[in-house]
Amino acid sequence: MASAPAIATTTGSAHTRISGIGAYRPRRVVPNSEIVEAIDSSDEWIQERSGIKTRHFAGDGESVVDMSEAASRDALAMAGIEPKDVDAVVLATVSHPYQTPAAAPIVADRLGAGNPAAFDISAACAGYCHGISLAHDMVRGGSARHVLVIGVERLSDFTSPTDRGTAFIFGDGAGAAVVSPSDTPQIGPTVWGSEGDKWRVISQNESWTEMRDQDLGWPTIGMQGQSVFRWAVWGMAPVAQKALDAAGVTADQLDAFIPHQANIRIIDAMCKQLRMPEHVVVARDIVDSANTSAASVPLATERLLREGQVGSGALALQIGFGAGLSYAAQVVVLP
Amino acid sequence: MAQSEQEILAGLAEIVNEETGLDPEAVQSDKAFTDDLDIDSLSMMTIVVNAEEKFGVRIPDDEVKNLRTVGDAVSYIQSNQS
Repeated sequence: MASAPAIATTTGSAHTRISGIGAYRPRRVVPNSEIVEAIDSSDEWIQERSGIKTRHFAGDGESVVDMSEAASRDALAMAGIEPKDVDAVVLATVSHPYQTPAAAPIVADRLGAGNPAAFDISAACAGYCHGISLAHDMVRGGSARHVLVIGVERLSDFTSPTDRGTAFIFGDGAGAAVVSPSDTPQIGPTVWGSEGDKWRVISQNESWTEMRDQDLGWPTIGMQGQSVFRWAVWGMAPVAQKALDAAGVTADQLDAFIPHQANIRIIDAMCKQLRMPEHVVVARDIVDSANTSAASVPLATERLLREGQVGSGALALQIGFGAGLSYAAQVVVLP
Repeated sequence: MAQSEQEILAGLAEIVNEETGLDPEAVQSDKAFTDDLDIDSLSMMTIVVNAEEKFGVRIPDDEVKNLRTVGDAVSYIQSNQS
């Protein structure tokens, strides 16, 4: 038997960076006063338990694909990259209303990106940070040069307005980042993982087939708040610390901490566990945007930059965590 | 060595004070965490985690809802301390 021919391989850039960030926030701003009646609650109660004052709910012309396109155009403009130069689109979401096909190829087509690799990933609130990790490895491996990473949700479609545990928590929006080759390391190693034994803690309440067979109507997402709180604070603070250690960075050297915007109580408790220094700017976009799952980290990042809370070149620790349960964290330099 | 009920109560009062600012004297066995002390579910979880560390016990998520009063928590901790 003849020996197999050697297969050619690719190598990419030694280092990567986030070259652009973009965001889309739906037009309609929904204050707590619109939520409270159905859950027999109050603005004060919601703010005490979550920090949330308002959220954005998407309407006509603001589908998962529409919002992704808008956020992506801003990210590409900031990066100075034409859509045709995008080699891959990685879109993180749990609320695209088609089981198939994925949203990413449609977004790529809308952008005029030609025929890039394009696929969705399902890692819920950790989706964007998973996407950054994939993009980083794709650019380093030589399978793509510029990767568009999108985190997008239209959770209002999958939220029960009468569920006291979730009705006030979720919001809609999209954030996008471009990951590109770099002369210096500007995206650190990702610390990621999953705890599938806890999958029921945050979950669609029934499967699609149960919905059909038992005539249950429309699926919504449920959450066991106390269990999520314990896991997020005492389980995820060590993951955030590991991401710092993996990057060879200390909390003192950070300019910003951008955790998934799950709940302000989780954010504050994580900061306490991590002994986050006073000078580090902590993203608290949750107050105005609520919990937008996969979109929350890029939305919060875009806001920090747009409002000048941190500047280009800032060193940030970002961490996503949520349904799965799945998590991913990395240190990045902001564009 | 297992601690006495009074020692656990005093330790728990310290933890509650740190989380909520409540006067430790207000943390008595007959008080309900939610109805009397106005402690919400997330603060309760913080108290539980700190109690686990302080008293060397494991309090599973499913058990937390059974800890209605301070006395319930003291009893649980006492009977589960190694």
